[in-house]
Amino acid sequence: MAMITADPQDVPRVESFSFTPENMEKVRALIARYPADRQASAVIGCLDLAQRQAGGWLPRAAMDHVASLLDMAPIRVYEVATFYTMFHLKPRGRYLLQVCTTTPCWLRGSDAVMKTCREVTGVAPGEISADGLFTTVEVECLGACVNAPVIQVNDDFYEDLDEDSTRRLLEALRRGEMPKAGPQIDRQSSAPVGGPTTLTTIPGGAAPRE
Amino acid sequence: MLADEDRIFRNLYGFDDWGLDGARRRGIWDNTAALLAMGPAAIIDEIKKSGLRGRGGAGFPTGLKWSFMPKEVGERPHYLVVNADESEPGTCKDRDIMRHDPHLLIEGCLVAGFAMKAHVAYIYVRGEFYDEAVKLEAAIRQAYDAGLIGRNACGSGWDFDVYVHRGAGAYICGEETALLESLEGKKGMPRLKPPFPAGAGLYGCPSTVNNVESIAVAPTILRRGATWFAGIGRPNNTGTKLFCISGHVNKPCNVEEAMGIPLRELIDKHAGGVRGGWDNLLAVIPGGASVPLIPKSICDDVLMDFDSLRNVQSGLGTAAVIVMDKSTDIIKAIARLAYFYKHESCGQCTPCREGTGWMWRVMERMVVGNARIEEIDVLHDVTKQVEGHTICALGDAAAWPIQGLIRHFRPEMERRINESKTRRMAAE
Repeated sequence: MAMITADPQDVPRVESFSFTPENMEKVRALIARYPADRQASAVIGCLDLAQRQAGGWLPRAAMDHVASLLDMAPIRVYEVATFYTMFHLKPRGRYLLQVCTTTPCWLRGSDAVMKTCREVTGVAPGEISADGLFTTVEVECLGACVNAPVIQVNDDFYEDLDEDSTRRLLEALRRGEMPKAGPQIDRQSSAPVGGPTTLTTIPGGAAPRE
Repeated sequence: MLADEDRIFRNLYGFDDWGLDGARRRGIWDNTAALLAMGPAAIIDEIKKSGLRGRGGAGFPTGLKWSFMPKEVGERPHYLVVNADESEPGTCKDRDIMRHDPHLLIEGCLVAGFAMKAHVAYIYVRGEFYDEAVKLEAAIRQAYDAGLIGRNACGSGWDFDVYVHRGAGAYICGEETALLESLEGKKGMPRLKPPFPAGAGLYGCPSTVNNVESIAVAPTILRRGATWFAGIGRPNNTGTKLFCISGHVNKPCNVEEAMGIPLRELIDKHAGGVRGGWDNLLAVIPGGASVPLIPKSICDDVLMDFDSLRNVQSGLGTAAVIVMDKSTDIIKAIARLAYFYKHESCGQCTPCREGTGWMWRVMERMVVGNARIEEIDVLHDVTKQVEGHTICALGDAAAWPIQGLIRHFRPEMERRINESKTRRMAAE
């Protein structure tokens, strides 16, 4: 159980927050997915939008704005924001490097991936690198275990990593590039390296790679 | 080996188009109206006859679960909720369904929802699966535009809506009642049962929560018949299954195979064998982090299905096979899982909230041998005090890996304690 406060002391002051018109459209679409009077169901979706708009973290003002939009008591929104690990109540670097270190990733070298992240970013997990680009966090199973080890960079999964490919990934991000997500070795998604052992006799099932 | 014609997940690896055109080429949405014309009772009966057991870990018979829903809709609407909160360490199969064959799932939602008289399905996707949720939503839009879902879905006269609901990072939301709480906009804390979701689930209405894979296989079962599905695998353990093979194998992968395939054949045929050869195998966690590990001696001839693995005091779980070779620090591997459960405990029940932290701290000492031999028994005793004493199964899931370790690797734990003691005495 993570110990997180909804009201950390050492964060920048954000006096007010309101959704942009585009995001308000999305909020309305989210609420429409649920029955009348069940708009609280949209709280996770709204907090996600708010976090994206606020630059990757949730100021108190954003949580309050979501609470008033959904007609929820603010405490209920803080509860949600502190319960789920994808909400961040403090600013973080432009690229959030979520390194999976649970057993399947650990067995395939997540220690080396984590060490490389520390070396390249120059800061400990949870801190923002001096250039403002990176925050590394250790996370629990990301659900891409046959492509271990894995880092999630913001929304994208980078898979089948080792020390060298992790270094290349971070250096590319530093140059402002966004490398192609997915396996970082020659491999089609979750198929075995070298090509599938199944679906070879069905048209379209396992088309040979280009 | 399962023949390609008998595979349900024909675009598992995403070589083909995930969209509607590709789906239709693969036979999805082929005269779905005819499946619905069977009527709810016949659909449920066919799923029962197929022997399909839930693919999310517990293995409860899917058709039976559907039959728990009220036969007629009363004042409260019925809901189908699909559990796509895939987070069990080792498991990454539902991800492939959502990103490479989302229409299998959407068609499954319609068939299952219709069978349980629901007009709405919510698919709860773990928040980290952003790309998967985007693909799934795009596929849902395609299905609406083609009249396959929405008003008069497939021309059946049944209105059916499908919505994606993204989570935000919490393993516990894979527990069905925690998932419902989360879907209602609350912290994901499991509910006491009864009432069961079929009586009072989402918004207090009759609801059924099913795993992605369970729902995705339903239309194919109806098309090809219960007898076909039941003819694959072994009695009470029928059909095909997605396996995820991770860890110390030469070629980690996902693959669809027949239930009951020997573990060794699964690893050798599809995952390129154990790193360093079969004799270099130490142990396997055969069904995701929550099930007890099995040592090589059991792996040699065990079959991969619910009953075979239960007979060796483990479980099929999600069929996520985590392979560990002889280079593995097995105590550390399990200690890392203990940390996982400590991190993911929702904190609601005292035995789990306190017990997971306690077990993890003792496991960390066991890794370096900084313990007394008797503490192995104390640790085992505490796992027994957590197991079965919590609202949901997370407490059990935290206890079982440690019990499995003690059952099969106690000599290694003792060796480490004795070695550490010798080192300390030599230093004095």
